[in-house]
Amino acid sequence: MMDGFDMLLVASAVIAGAAPLVMATLGETLTERAGVVNLSLDGTIVLSAMAAFVVASLSGSLLAGFAVSAAVGACVAALVALFSVRLGMSQVAVGFVLTLMTRDLAYFLGSQYARTEGPISGSAPVPVLSGMPVLGQVLFNHSVPVYLSMIMVAFAWWYLYRTSWGLRLRCVGENMEAAYARGIDPDLVRVVYTVAGGALVGLSGAAFSLCTKPGWGQPQGCEGSGWIALALVIFGAWHPVRAALGAYLFAFLQVMSIHFQSWFPDVPAQVFQVAPFPLMIFLLAVSTLVHSEEAKMLAERHPLLRILTRGLAQAPPLSLGKARSRD
Amino acid sequence: MRTVFARMGRPLEMGLKTALAGVAEIAASVLVVVAFTTLVLLVAGAPPLDTFAVLVKGSLGSWSKLSHVIKVWIPLTLASCGLLFTFKAGLWNIGVEGQVMMGAVATTLAMRMGGPSPLAGMVTALALVAGMAGGALWALCAGFLKTKAGVHEIFAGLGLNFVSQGLVLWLIFGPWKQPGIASMSGTETFDERLWIPSIEALNLSPAALGMAVAAVIVTAYLLSSTRLGLYLRAVGGNEKAAVLFGLKPHAVMTAAMLCAGGLAGLAGAFQVSGVYHRLIPAISSGYGYLALLVVLLAYYNVWAAPVVAFFFACLNTGAIQLPMLLSLDSSLSGVIQGSMVIAALAVHSVSTRSRRSRG
Amino acid sequence: MTIALRSIHKHYGDIRANDGIDLVLRPSTVHGILGENGAGKSTLMKILSGYVRKTSGTILVDSEEVDFKNPAEAASHGIGMLYQDPLDFPPLTVLENFMAGQRMKAWPDRSLFRKRLAGLCREMGFDLDPETPVVRLTVGERQQLELARHLAAGRRVLILDEPTTGISSLQKDVLFSALRRLSSGGATVVLVSHKLEDVETLCDEVTVLKKGRVSGSAVRPFSTGALLEMMFGREPAPPLRKGHEPGAQALFLEGVHAHGGRTGLAQCTVKVNRGEVVGLAGLEGSGQDVFLRVAAGLTRPTRGRVHVSRKDMTGRDHHAFKTMGVAFQPAARLEEGLIAGLSVAEHCAILERSSFSLDLDASASLAQERIQSFQVAARPESPVESLSGGNQQRLLLSFLPDDPVLLLLENPTRGLDRESVRWVWERLDAIASNGAAIVFSSSEIDEILMVSDRVLVFFEGRIIHDVRPEDTDALMLGKAIAGRV
Ligand SMILES: Nc1ncnc2c1ncn2[C@@H]1O[C@H](COP(=O)(O)OP(=O)(O)O)[C@@H](O)[C@H]1O
Ligand SMILES: [Mg+2]
Repeated sequence: MMDGFDMLLVASAVIAGAAPLVMATLGETLTERAGVVNLSLDGTIVLSAMAAFVVASLSGSLLAGFAVSAAVGACVAALVALFSVRLGMSQVAVGFVLTLMTRDLAYFLGSQYARTEGPISGSAPVPVLSGMPVLGQVLFNHSVPVYLSMIMVAFAWWYLYRTSWGLRLRCVGENMEAAYARGIDPDLVRVVYTVAGGALVGLSGAAFSLCTKPGWGQPQGCEGSGWIALALVIFGAWHPVRAALGAYLFAFLQVMSIHFQSWFPDVPAQVFQVAPFPLMIFLLAVSTLVHSEEAKMLAERHPLLRILTRGLAQAPPLSLGKARSRD
Repeated sequence: MRTVFARMGRPLEMGLKTALAGVAEIAASVLVVVAFTTLVLLVAGAPPLDTFAVLVKGSLGSWSKLSHVIKVWIPLTLASCGLLFTFKAGLWNIGVEGQVMMGAVATTLAMRMGGPSPLAGMVTALALVAGMAGGALWALCAGFLKTKAGVHEIFAGLGLNFVSQGLVLWLIFGPWKQPGIASMSGTETFDERLWIPSIEALNLSPAALGMAVAAVIVTAYLLSSTRLGLYLRAVGGNEKAAVLFGLKPHAVMTAAMLCAGGLAGLAGAFQVSGVYHRLIPAISSGYGYLALLVVLLAYYNVWAAPVVAFFFACLNTGAIQLPMLLSLDSSLSGVIQGSMVIAALAVHSVSTRSRRSRG
Repeated sequence: MTIALRSIHKHYGDIRANDGIDLVLRPSTVHGILGENGAGKSTLMKILSGYVRKTSGTILVDSEEVDFKNPAEAASHGIGMLYQDPLDFPPLTVLENFMAGQRMKAWPDRSLFRKRLAGLCREMGFDLDPETPVVRLTVGERQQLELARHLAAGRRVLILDEPTTGISSLQKDVLFSALRRLSSGGATVVLVSHKLEDVETLCDEVTVLKKGRVSGSAVRPFSTGALLEMMFGREPAPPLRKGHEPGAQALFLEGVHAHGGRTGLAQCTVKVNRGEVVGLAGLEGSGQDVFLRVAAGLTRPTRGRVHVSRKDMTGRDHHAFKTMGVAFQPAARLEEGLIAGLSVAEHCAILERSSFSLDLDASASLAQERIQSFQVAARPESPVESLSGGNQQRLLLSFLPDDPVLLLLENPTRGLDRESVRWVWERLDAIASNGAAIVFSSSEIDEILMVSDRVLVFFEGRIIHDVRPEDTDALMLGKAIAGRV
């Protein structure tokens, strides 16, 4: 019953499968750390996946595909920034409408290219390192976007916690007025990181259509992953490394659901396909329950629990979702 | 656009000036949308004028097309009315999509259990009630996730949407599969006696239309002239203060979710009993998500919602012809609807800003 | 560096927060800006620090005209301000707060900043741990951090807006001696306060503001009477306290522990009787907020029991407390007390809880009654967010139940002018005379001494003192608040 299950293969598949999700999650973490919720992720990913696929197949250049997808993601995010930061409209409303609209736009513009052949970013083992016993297969035997996603995690952490720009970004996310009093332009910072985060989200679309779930069609396989990325940012408590770990966890659930399907042939496939989504929500519930009064009371009595809840409890950036009032 | 509708409730205050400003806002938004859509069409290599003509003729060109529009309008309006309850309470009920599906599932279940008995009318009526209950129950799940487990309603609702889509597929391919072979075309069609009676020539059900109109009126009454509406607005306005005023925000939110889920479930019930006469994978037709756009564009106004819903229904219906006549994808309607909402919200916020800075 | 302000105006709609102010600030002096709440002090200082843009007027820095568009431009002229509500980043660490806004490399060397902070702390007599998140700091420590940051950035003009509110007298001593040292080193220090004693202790020169205008100025030595005259136009009214006969037990907290706020609440055992007015003194967030919320059933105690009118209410929710005659009023009026978007009449309609269908006309006439008897400047159909702070406070008071058993009021007079404070307390006094227990918190020791029958002093989440006002005075309370019993 357990045949065909190879730990190394699973680990490698998780690393590869999580790549686009990691990119989108990091992008949204940056954006939310600056205090803006870009709810349009799900549509943005589909639209940029389409753009990347079409451009890459027409031009034959993968690089062009990735570049265009980043530009598309940045453009949608710029709309979010314009409407919510500059015009003070509800971030949730704008983001939600853009989600639906960009998805429809993707299907409308991309319908002629559905199910056509397109280029794929193939495996590119790292010389020397890929020969290592265990890690070689798990970490160093992937395509370029997958390496990129791994590097991005470390880079995002370094940028956020070790550079002066990262400090400024976090300042704006925690208290816009205080940032303004210190000579930082909160609106500018918010716009910049909304757009930059959007570009990362766009890249994740390309990573889907040119690498992880290659091709373009309706419905696109990456639909729904934008929402997962949004949930992962919360699950990761707005910390890039924890959010990325969440993305790997989700990819693991997806890989396992394929295995479970072969182990339990009696259970219909549909159950396994949707299972990771409610599981993710369940994990969200657990991580929010940790904040609750009851949990704190329990922790009061059990010192071990106290350490655990301290580790998990992390409040969102204080200015998240708020608009700055001007006089 | 929203100022005009927002002020309809207080006609005495509506001066000529604000009316003109409202008209100007609508005109500006429409202009933006037309320009944007034309651009999109040019990018796709489609003839803009012909496309717009297809959209108009495809929805208002004949009585049968208009009756199709109304068939879309009914569930859309029902779901929009439901969303008004949750929006007033400050909740983003994205789970409405799943609530429509679960209404459809519950109705199908009731009809399968009832069967084509001599009391078919009774079964149909009960099936509609079951649909409402199904939607309400599903909304309750999202409500509990929010109030008891602290999961934001957007994520709770989305998770449940995925679950209900999985459930619908599973039912169609599993326990409720057609005799012989399961297929994407859905379950077996019900006995004709279980269908909601409709006017043969127009293929339109007066009962369904009546119920949708009634839903609008009841919603308007509940929201504006009863304690329920006041409590919803109080909790939506300030949850903490509402507690000090003696309200129980979680109970009020749950009530809002029940109302929303019930109306969304009814929308799903009509999809099953009045439109498709069976359960199909895409039974909700995305009307839940679309209803969210309707309410945003209507600026949470009860009377504006059915008008916007009609406009959106026209777009949806007109777009059906696009693949055949111009080999364009029908998702164009979604592009127009989305840009309409964005444009209207943006134009309104620009104009209020400039008015405030001038005043 | 000499700064001259000429004819500064700042208008918010009809409100003239500053209405033609002239002022000269000289180096090597501590300049006091005195005036009661709402006089326009903060507004004027925010204009000088570039945080708020003036409506009209000129600012001269060393006789050169400047027009600050944002705080960065004022900072580049060496002007820095410590705002009345601390403007910092609570979740970030002390070191990160210290670094934010300072000139630094793209990837800064943290140890450099750590050293600089440690050096400044040593010099000023501050004690700050660089890795602590700022949420865990007291108001006084946050202030010290801000001051150190401004000094590190080389500011020559330092504006402190009400720095003595919410800090201990020990911290106040440390602060004042630091300010003296700075001013003797050539810096211009501006101390904004509505407290006479602060200005008298520290300042060399004083300008008094009243209703957005300069009502007078003085140099050391000051005449207290003259300054009071400039602030209020006449001598302040005598104290109000009448003293009440305590009745039956209203509230009994028995060994209560609870979470929340900055410090939580620990080991709290208190009885309050009907007819008593009990003032909660202490630095902001020393447990008073948690105490009031536990007594209102809004926060559940982790240990201990809560009794209302001798009935055990432990673990019940606010609604159960409400039916026992308990009413709570939070400090943040629009954030926690009123519902933005609803009109005055609609607020009344919620309280009525009669039939399912609404009778808005009846609610409107009821609202009219309340508005009249509480002198609220509003109409029944006005949305509450359009009311001014004072009127929102009056409106909240009008919503209190007719004959409560226990009123729990958090900073009920914050931000009100003296007339309104008096008016509020006359009302509350009448309610207490009718047999209600009133428990309130305030950051003004004078107010507490003026109106309470009993004072509870909070320190770090514990009640460390339970005294009658006649057995204590402002100085002793000030010490107790700082934990020096
Ligand atoms: N942002 C604002 N909007 C409207 N009114 C304001 C604003 N800031 C201050 N005011 C008003 O200006 C007056 C002076 O306020 P302020 O300068 O804070 O006084 P002070 O600091 O002397 O207590 C008050 O009446 C206050 O209500
Ligand atoms: Mg002030």
